[in-house]
Amino acid sequence: MTTASLPPRPSTRPDRTWLLVAYTVITGALLVIFEQNLPTLAQSGLLTLFLASLYFAHQWRAAPWAKIAVGAASLLFVLPLVGRDNGAIFDLIIQIAIFAALALGLNIVVGLAGLLDLGYVAFFAVGAYLWGIFASPQIGRIYEGAAFANGINPNLFWLFLAVGIAAAAFVGILIGLPVLKLRGDYLAIVTLGLGEVIRVLATNLTVYTNGSQGITPIGSAPVGPLNAVAARLGFTEDQYNLFFLYFLVLLIVGLVILVNTRLDRSRIGRAWIAIREDEVAAQAMGVPLVRTKLLAFATGASFAGIMGVIFAAKQAFISPESFNFFQSIGVLSMVILGGMGSIPGVILGAGVVTLLNLNLLPALSEQLQATIPNLNPNLDPAKYQRFIFGVILVLMMLYRPEGLLPSVRRQIEMHEGDDGTAVPDSLSDNAARAANGGALTTGRNAEDALSPGLATREENDRSGEER
Amino acid sequence: MKKIGLSTLVIAGALSMGSSLAQQRQTIKLATLSPLSGGQSDLGTQIKNGAQVAVNEYRAQFQKLGFNLQLVGFDDQADPATGTAAARRIAADRAILGVVGTLNSGVAIPASAALAPSNVAMVSPANTANAVTDRGLKNMNRIVARDDSQGPNGARYLVDTLKAKKVYVLNDKTAYGEGLASEVEKYLRSKNVAIAGAEGTEEKNDFSSIITKIQALQPDAIYFGGIYNQIGVFAKQLREAGVNVPLMGGDGLDSAELLTIAGNGAKNIYFTTVAAPLTELPAAQKFADAYKKAFNDNAQGFGAFGYDAAKVVLEGMLKAVRDNKNKLPTRAQVQTAIRANKVSGLLSGTVQFNSVGDRREAKLYVIKVNDQLKFAPAGSVDVKAPRQ
Amino acid sequence: MELGIVAFVLTNVLVKGLLVGFVYAIIALGYTMVYGVLQLINFAHSEVFITGGVVGFEVFRILGPSPMNGYLKLAIALIAAMIVAGFLNVLIERLAYRPLRNAPRLVPLISAIGVSLVLQDVIRFLEGLAGRFNLVYVLPDVFTQRAFGVPVPFSTAIVPVQGKDVIVIVVAILMLVGLTYLVNYTRLGRAIRAVAQDRTTSGLMGIDANRIISLTFLIGGALGGVGGVLFGIFFSKVDPYAGTIPGIKAFTAAVLGGIGSIPGAVLGGLVLGLLENLIGVLNVFAQVPALGFLKSIGAEYKDIGAFIALILILIFRPAGLLGRNTTEKV
Repeated sequence: MTTASLPPRPSTRPDRTWLLVAYTVITGALLVIFEQNLPTLAQSGLLTLFLASLYFAHQWRAAPWAKIAVGAASLLFVLPLVGRDNGAIFDLIIQIAIFAALALGLNIVVGLAGLLDLGYVAFFAVGAYLWGIFASPQIGRIYEGAAFANGINPNLFWLFLAVGIAAAAFVGILIGLPVLKLRGDYLAIVTLGLGEVIRVLATNLTVYTNGSQGITPIGSAPVGPLNAVAARLGFTEDQYNLFFLYFLVLLIVGLVILVNTRLDRSRIGRAWIAIREDEVAAQAMGVPLVRTKLLAFATGASFAGIMGVIFAAKQAFISPESFNFFQSIGVLSMVILGGMGSIPGVILGAGVVTLLNLNLLPALSEQLQATIPNLNPNLDPAKYQRFIFGVILVLMMLYRPEGLLPSVRRQIEMHEGDDGTAVPDSLSDNAARAANGGALTTGRNAEDALSPGLATREENDRSGEER
Repeated sequence: MKKIGLSTLVIAGALSMGSSLAQQRQTIKLATLSPLSGGQSDLGTQIKNGAQVAVNEYRAQFQKLGFNLQLVGFDDQADPATGTAAARRIAADRAILGVVGTLNSGVAIPASAALAPSNVAMVSPANTANAVTDRGLKNMNRIVARDDSQGPNGARYLVDTLKAKKVYVLNDKTAYGEGLASEVEKYLRSKNVAIAGAEGTEEKNDFSSIITKIQALQPDAIYFGGIYNQIGVFAKQLREAGVNVPLMGGDGLDSAELLTIAGNGAKNIYFTTVAAPLTELPAAQKFADAYKKAFNDNAQGFGAFGYDAAKVVLEGMLKAVRDNKNKLPTRAQVQTAIRANKVSGLLSGTVQFNSVGDRREAKLYVIKVNDQLKFAPAGSVDVKAPRQ
Repeated sequence: MELGIVAFVLTNVLVKGLLVGFVYAIIALGYTMVYGVLQLINFAHSEVFITGGVVGFEVFRILGPSPMNGYLKLAIALIAAMIVAGFLNVLIERLAYRPLRNAPRLVPLISAIGVSLVLQDVIRFLEGLAGRFNLVYVLPDVFTQRAFGVPVPFSTAIVPVQGKDVIVIVVAILMLVGLTYLVNYTRLGRAIRAVAQDRTTSGLMGIDANRIISLTFLIGGALGGVGGVLFGIFFSKVDPYAGTIPGIKAFTAAVLGGIGSIPGAVLGGLVLGLLENLIGVLNVFAQVPALGFLKSIGAEYKDIGAFIALILILIFRPAGLLGRNTTEKV
């Protein structure tokens, strides 16, 4: 992960090199030792604590060698080791990585360029169906050639990663061309509609997509040498594919982060932010509106396209159900939860949402079911995952609207008119950093800032351009 | 917030460690995998509740053998990726020896593939899609009749008994409904029966455009592959528009809720199912009472299927325990036992699986909603799995 | 294909499309009013309106056995739904949106999505306590009897209109007239318009923006409540998750008509209802030789057909049917 996009660090922050190393070693060791013998909830908690070491490695002030060592040890050693014995964790990490790449793609569209896209999952579907159709018997049914009875040569997977990028970007441009002239909320509803259009087409173009029955089995690239490595490390045969995809998604997420960082700091990135802040002013400064927006759309789409290809290879089965409106909303909430425009933020957002949805909440529910077997069925915690998820979204927005790890720009913006608004206590570390030594964090306490009664006055303090 | 979160975790962890220490005897868990939240949660909850009734029934039997029997419900949110993640969680919990699920074949296919390497047996109470068992997995079984048995038999009833010459075929655009409807179409075509129209709809409320077309084309029967909560509304609007031709569907209609939703519009609805009408079996009444008592809710079709599927899994576990000299069996042993076992006395008769997990033979009933708005058997046919 | 059948189909499309359109319109008004004052897509409105539908269900269920006049029951149901849904909407604004008024626009949107998820499960929990999920309206007989028939040209057929259809139209029109009067001809309406126009300046003119915003949510929520009851009466059933899709459609209708505009929302709802019904029947015309290409365009394309129409309209009339083309303020 990059550290360059972070604000300058005040020297007052203590060096935590050894704390970081100790924390990682302890949680990692606990995880490896106890992963088999702990009740599910404790296990999930431990996993979460361990994953937090990656977050700390990014956030804390520590020697670079420690950060790299922690990152490498976690991602390349501990997680595969744990994943070997617990497929759920492996699956989870891959899913987090897929969502992280999706969120980074959407971050370009929503976070940087400020275009609210509610149908983002459509591009994901394009990539998934592209590989799904060609790598399964479906292609044999379409062309009725014996040569394709089991799909195309799986070695073409690598080519299709590139094709997935191109196809999704192309669809992005195709969709973007007519709609990008529209203003914000019209764009939102139109992208929502187009997302649905792609899903309905996937359901109805039965000849190509096999409709609601879905496509299965979908192959993945043969990686003999890697499988040999996996075998030597004690992985079983059915885990080879996950093993391969794990390292592949890590690699791709790394690339996506790199591209994102470069873009963020490039001329194009600044043009996007200019558009987000004020379209008219940006245009006046010579930013070509439609072209720049299209570029954002296409770039964001391409990330989803490549991840779609990987998703199809991981699931070995795809059907239209995977690409509905709620998936788009899910990715959007990752971006906003993490902090729009902030690269580490959206990755954290993807991690938190996925971890909650696929690991912590189910574990909590399992634990409660085991502890209180005679609970009123109406209170069955397994039924209230969405409720809890909703509560978390609302609370996060209320108490930390700029996201978990806001970008510097956003952080300052959120508090510009307030002539000094404090952030809630527990979060002040980050805020203080962002505010560059605390110039913006004086005076009022958090409750004042959030009191509804003061909202109007604060509103009036602001200049009127907000709308 | 961070602090609170941490301390909750610690407390929860401590609690759970405490509770696991307190349990001396070995625990065997039965898992359900079905949508418990979201738009299909109503159906998924019934599967879980039905399984819970079975677990309550068998608890004493397991206790006698020295095991704690427990049910864990997993939520797949009707989403394949979430379902796969849940399946891997199931695989990681070694105490789980069998799974009842799922509701959607779109979830069952990847979930059973994820469970297959760790030999966790699944018995599905709802998946009719042919592909679910045609993949030949060792761990995937189902107690309901396949699409290619329900579809043609339903269609044959339309043609032979109801003398339909022109049929309008609808589906709900899910793997379930579309699979059924396409089998029906295939059969009708082979018998040269006219198909007035064939289409699918995800609409849950407003069926007016379809009903308009039906009025214009005047078919003498309608087949709708789908679930009762959608078809009930359709039937009500259809009858209100004055169309009274027979309406037929698959086992997704096997639910008393159909009568509540469609009201008088339920008359002249037919469906195929392997479960005998609840009113005919004494065991069914017992189940319905137990369900009502436990959940303050009426048992629907999916509750009964969930109950049956759970019983098949639990009987398999018992057989595996006995075969293993009353010691805790492995998952592979349970998987083999379920596939080989013969369980009778179920709401849907006797279950014995073939080599790929379909029922060797079953009685497929055609149930009619009569003029008193009651389910009444209108015929039955013995069906055999395509493979033995 | 006979002319009579074509006429029958089209008459049906017209009648049913307009009826559905009125339901969409009422729901769309809730979106458009909130959007007008806050520029917020109130995602929770779909649950607010379903709450109205649930309240309506409860009233009809409880009053079901009583010999009371059916229209009185309807009035009680409507008023109760208006009160509950209206105050629910105010509460949502107070707790989940107001503290976020200075945040970037997407932040309250996520908060709204969160509220929507929470409400779905709260409704399910409350009805689940009584073992209910599918909430089927028990309607008085007068509602389901045929009120009159619309004659079909070139044919002897008649498109029946039921009592409940008449109720939907009458209630919807009453609501629209009332709302138009309120917004255009009362002090409160003027204040709402002022806040929508420019919150800062309206504050300078002595308008308490927070109070006006609360009242807007109250009105929008009450309309949603009415929409929910009409929805339940018209389609005969609601459930805790039934709001999402009609909610999205109603919002589409609001955008179609020009968001922020009250007549626009109504027009958008009606157009959407008609379009949906028209697209849903297109494949029946495939029997006409020249129109064979329509064969595969059936009910499955109903939803996206409406979206495609929306996109086309927005490309050629970017502000919606009745929206004003505004230049962005600099």
